[in-house]
Amino acid sequence: MATLEIRDLYVSVVDAADQSREILRGVDLTVKDGEIHAIMGPNGSGKSTLAYAIAGHPKYRVTQGSVTLDGEDVLSMSVDARARAGLFLAMQYPVEVPGVTVSNFLRTAVTAVRGEAPKLRVFLKEMREAMAALSIEPQFAERNLNEGFSGGEKKRHEILQLELLNPKFAILDETDSGLDIDALRVVSEGVNRFGAQPGHGVLLITHYTRILRYVKPDFVHVFVGGRIVDEGGPELAETLEAEGYEKWIKAAAGAAA
Amino acid sequence: MAGLQGAVESAAPVSRLHEHHSADLADFPVPTGREEEWRFTPLRRLRGLHGDQPLEAGKVTVEADTAPGVSAERLARGDTRYGTAFMPADRVSARAYASFDEGTVITVPPDTDVSGPTVLSVRGEDAGGAAFGHTLIEVGRHARAVVVLDHAGSATYADNVEFVVGDGASLSVVSVQDWAADAVHLSQHQARVGRDATFQHTVVSLGGGVVRLAPSVSYSGPGGAAELLGLYFADPGQHLEHRLFVDHNQPHCRSRVDYKGALQGDSAHSVWIGDVLIRPEAVATDTYERNRNLLLTEGARADSVPNLEILTGEVVGAGHASTSGRLEDQHLFYLMARGIPLDEARRLVIRGFFGQLIAKIEVPELRERITTAIENELARLPGLQGSPAQSRPAQSPPAQGSPA
Repeated sequence: MATLEIRDLYVSVVDAADQSREILRGVDLTVKDGEIHAIMGPNGSGKSTLAYAIAGHPKYRVTQGSVTLDGEDVLSMSVDARARAGLFLAMQYPVEVPGVTVSNFLRTAVTAVRGEAPKLRVFLKEMREAMAALSIEPQFAERNLNEGFSGGEKKRHEILQLELLNPKFAILDETDSGLDIDALRVVSEGVNRFGAQPGHGVLLITHYTRILRYVKPDFVHVFVGGRIVDEGGPELAETLEAEGYEKWIKAAAGAAA
Repeated sequence: MAGLQGAVESAAPVSRLHEHHSADLADFPVPTGREEEWRFTPLRRLRGLHGDQPLEAGKVTVEADTAPGVSAERLARGDTRYGTAFMPADRVSARAYASFDEGTVITVPPDTDVSGPTVLSVRGEDAGGAAFGHTLIEVGRHARAVVVLDHAGSATYADNVEFVVGDGASLSVVSVQDWAADAVHLSQHQARVGRDATFQHTVVSLGGGVVRLAPSVSYSGPGGAAELLGLYFADPGQHLEHRLFVDHNQPHCRSRVDYKGALQGDSAHSVWIGDVLIRPEAVATDTYERNRNLLLTEGARADSVPNLEILTGEVVGAGHASTSGRLEDQHLFYLMARGIPLDEARRLVIRGFFGQLIAKIEVPELRERITTAIENELARLPGLQGSPAQSRPAQSPPAQGSPA
C-alpha cells in the first residue's frame, strides 16, 4: 500500500521582485496506489503550482499544511530525495540541457533512484524497449536532453522517464497539452501501463477532458482558486466537458465575496 | 582595395582593433596596467616579464615527438624562417622575440597527410628565473597535420608561436596549459591561413598561476577557415586570460570562435577578449564568436569582452555572443526531480557544457586526458553551496494571516 497525502496545503509563489503571492489555499487530497486521480481546472487555478510544490521547486514556498508519502514528510526532503522516495513529476515544459545525452541522463537518474548502477547492457536493453513502446526513435538516446525536441517528443520522453524510474506516484502536469492525437494516444498508453502495475498511483493534472478518453480516472477533482471545490467519479468529467468551469468559478467568486 | 601589405603597414590603423606590431621592444613602453590590452592582467604577478629590468635565467625545455613525415629542428634566433607569419604585438611578446636563443621549427612537407599527432612537450623546471621561447609550425600546401603543444611544470615563460598554413592545407593545433600552480606563462600564437586552408586551434588552460594566451589569425588568401576553440577551468587565485584576434583581411574566409570556461573559488579570474575585424576587402566573410562562462561559486570573476568591427557591408554572417552566469536552476531542478543529487546534477551539466567542445578535438588521447582533467577539477569542487535548488527547510513560517 502506498499513500500520497496532501493536507491543508497553502503555497505561495515568489516572483522576480521577491513578492510573495498565495496560490494554493488549503488543498486536501489523498491518492492511493491503484488509483488514478484527475485534477481539472481553468488556467491560473493553481494546478501546476500543486505539482511543483509537491516536487519541491524552489520558486514555491509552502506556508502551511503537509505532504506525506507513506507517512514520510515530503516537504522536508530535497528535490532529489523526493524523487528517490517515489514521486515523479512529468513536467509541462521539460527543459533542454545542452551536452547531456538522453542515455547518459537516464542511466544517471536510474542509478540514483535505484541506488545502484544497472549493468550497461541490461540498461540499454531496458531503455530501448521502453523507447520502442513509446514510438521514440532509437537515435534519440544520443541526442542532448530535450534539445530540439518537438512538444510531442518532449512529452513522450517524460513518460519514458516515468516508466524507467518506476516511482510510486506519478504527477502529470498537463502532459496532454500540445499533443496531436497520435502522441496523445502513445502517451496515454504509457500512463495506463504505469497505472496498471501494482503499487502505482497517478495524479493527472489537465485543463482538457480529451486525455480522459484514454486514461480513465477513478476520481475527478475540480480545482478552482487554489483549492479543490468539487469531487466525484468519472461522470464529473463529463459534466465539465458539457458545461465548462463556469459554475464553479462563479461559486468560488461568490464564496470569496 | 589596397593590398594586404598596404593595409597592414598604413600609418593610420584601419580600426581600433588593428593591432600594433613591431619587432622593436622599444616600440612597446612598459605597461602600467591602465592600457586597454593590459588592464585585466595582474602585472605584479608577471615577475617582471613586462618590465625593463634584466631577469635571472630560468629553465624551460622543449622536446618534440614527431609523427612520421614531420620534421623538428632547433634553429637559432635570426634564422630567416622566423617571422614569416609573426610580429610581436605587445611588450612581453616583443621581449620574448628579442630574447630567445633557440627556437623550435616543425615542418610538414607539402602534400603530406600525417597520421597521428606531433607533440611538443614544453617543460618548466624553475619558475625562479625567466625563460623565452619561439616556435614555428609550417604546414606545406595540401598537407594535413595535428600538433599538440603540451605545457607543464614550473616556469616564468614568455614565448611566441607562429603557424604558417599553406594553401589547401589543414592544421589542427591543441595547446594545453597544464602548468604547476606557480607558473606564469604569456604567449602569442599567430597564424597565417592560406588560400582554402583550414586551421583549428584549441586552447585548454587548466593549470598555472597566470596564463595569458593571445591567439590570432589572419589569412593569406581567400577561402580560408579558422576555428578557435578554448576551454578553461579557473581555480582559486588563478588568472587565465585569452585574447583572441581574428583579422579578416581576405574575402570569402570563415572564422568561428568558441570559448567556454568554468570558474570556482575565491579570486578565480578569467578574461576573454574576442576581437574580430572584418576589413573592407574581406567581402563575404562568415564569422561568429562566442564565450560562455560558468561561475560555480561566489568570489570568482569572469571578464568577457567581444568586439566585432565590420568595415564592409557585404558579409555572409557576423555575430558574437557572451554569457557568464551560474548553473541554471531550471537545469538542476529538472535533473534533481529525477532523483539525481545536486552535486551529481552539477557535474552532469558542467560535463555537458565542456563535452561539446572536447568532442571537436581531433586527438582521441587528448580528448580522454582533458575529460579526465575536467573530472579532477570537478572532484575538487567544494561542498556545493548557494544553489536555491538545494534542499530547503520543511516549511517557512506560516504566512501572515493565513486565509480562513
